[in-house]
Amino acid sequence: MGLIAKPDPASAVSYNPQTQEGWVTTRLDFLVNWGRANSLWPMPFGTACCAIEFMASAASHFDLARFGMERMSFSPRQSDVLICAGRVPFKLAPVIRRIYQQMHQPKWVISMGACASSGGMFDSYAVVQGIDTIIPVDVYVPGCPPRPEGLIYGIMMLQKKIMEERMSNTALRDEMMPDPTSQLYIPPSRIDELSEPFGNSVHQTRSAP
Amino acid sequence: MSAPQDHRAPSQDHGAPTFTVVHPGQPGDSPVTPRGVPHKGGPMNPSVDALRAKFGAAIGRASVGWGETTVFIDRAKLLEVCAWLQSDASQSYEYLSDVTAVEYRDHVRPIEVVWHLRSLKYRRFLRLKVELPKDGKTALEVPSVWSVWKGADWLERECYDMFGIKFDGHPDLRRILMWEQYKEGFPLRKDFPMRGRFSRSEQLKQALAANPEARYSMEELSIADAFEDLPTDMRKRLGGGEKTGE
Repeated sequence: MGLIAKPDPASAVSYNPQTQEGWVTTRLDFLVNWGRANSLWPMPFGTACCAIEFMASAASHFDLARFGMERMSFSPRQSDVLICAGRVPFKLAPVIRRIYQQMHQPKWVISMGACASSGGMFDSYAVVQGIDTIIPVDVYVPGCPPRPEGLIYGIMMLQKKIMEERMSNTALRDEMMPDPTSQLYIPPSRIDELSEPFGNSVHQTRSAP
Repeated sequence: MSAPQDHRAPSQDHGAPTFTVVHPGQPGDSPVTPRGVPHKGGPMNPSVDALRAKFGAAIGRASVGWGETTVFIDRAKLLEVCAWLQSDASQSYEYLSDVTAVEYRDHVRPIEVVWHLRSLKYRRFLRLKVELPKDGKTALEVPSVWSVWKGADWLERECYDMFGIKFDGHPDLRRILMWEQYKEGFPLRKDFPMRGRFSRSEQLKQALAANPEARYSMEELSIADAFEDLPTDMRKRLGGGEKTGE
């Protein structure tokens, strides 16, 4: 005699998420997404002034705890969302890549500020032109640096994105697989295209590669 | 019943050197922030005359700008000059505050390597410069002053990293800001394009090839080995378990 009743084969429900989105699946999606969206534990990756605004967002006045983010997870293993706040120099590129790879699924990335999103004004030899050339990014928050309201708006956008996730989408949790020789996860031509100079910087000289 | 020993009590024989502060131009005056300092000209640091008397032709032109004295030194004599400035009781430039270099856009004007010295005892500042002509024949190499001031270690590494100037006699001349396998050249040189020489994808590929856990060993960052080199009073304080800032 046990507490767990043996399942009756006759009453078992067959479930194929790829072809079937029944009532139960939809509700489970909602429940899981609701739980995930409202308990995002951030992994702060603060490298510059954006991190100051991030700290302000987490402090009492703006209070990220309202979004279930009161626990800053300084360990990638126990975090859900990587918030890259600030410019990333090339020397830090393998570090942020390693942190992202150490995070468990499900995981998301917020690129906070102009520098993390595009290199910003640091169109130089030392700074990565957008962290989306290293790791996939879910939400870009513009600003230099963004005000806490801006970051909170980005977080709410991420919550909305999480609420729209469906279990039937099997590609959702595919782990990033970088090319083993070059360690790039997108084609080099696309990285060069993403890193094209813009604004005044197009007038500056550049020698041939 | 003996009183508990207080490690923070000031020791009686701290052995601090006693000296009189000699402010240049105003002997005996208390230190004041200089005002109305001219852009060019003004009183020259008396160390320059002392250097000329001691080393003669090895000392080049000298000038004063914003109250700071700059003197050009012959490269071959640099180490000797530095050792004398540091150790001689009439100079005592104990503190090397910066080592850097300057390259001008001019194709003829030489690259200058710069040392900023400060004498705490005499409240003096002196800037030494060595010129390295950009004629393609002169090696960008100067003697390392690490043997005179240990603090030159990382300053010279930074100067090597950014300008490619070799410091002869440096114990460990590696890049310090860029990663050690950086292949694009020396970023602060005028012929270095601002975005680097390689394409962005190639730069990223090379950066990602680095092992993020192979940066500095704990031994390299440890100051335990330097304990014996510390001054006696500092060794006594640290050895007694006293913490600073309390």
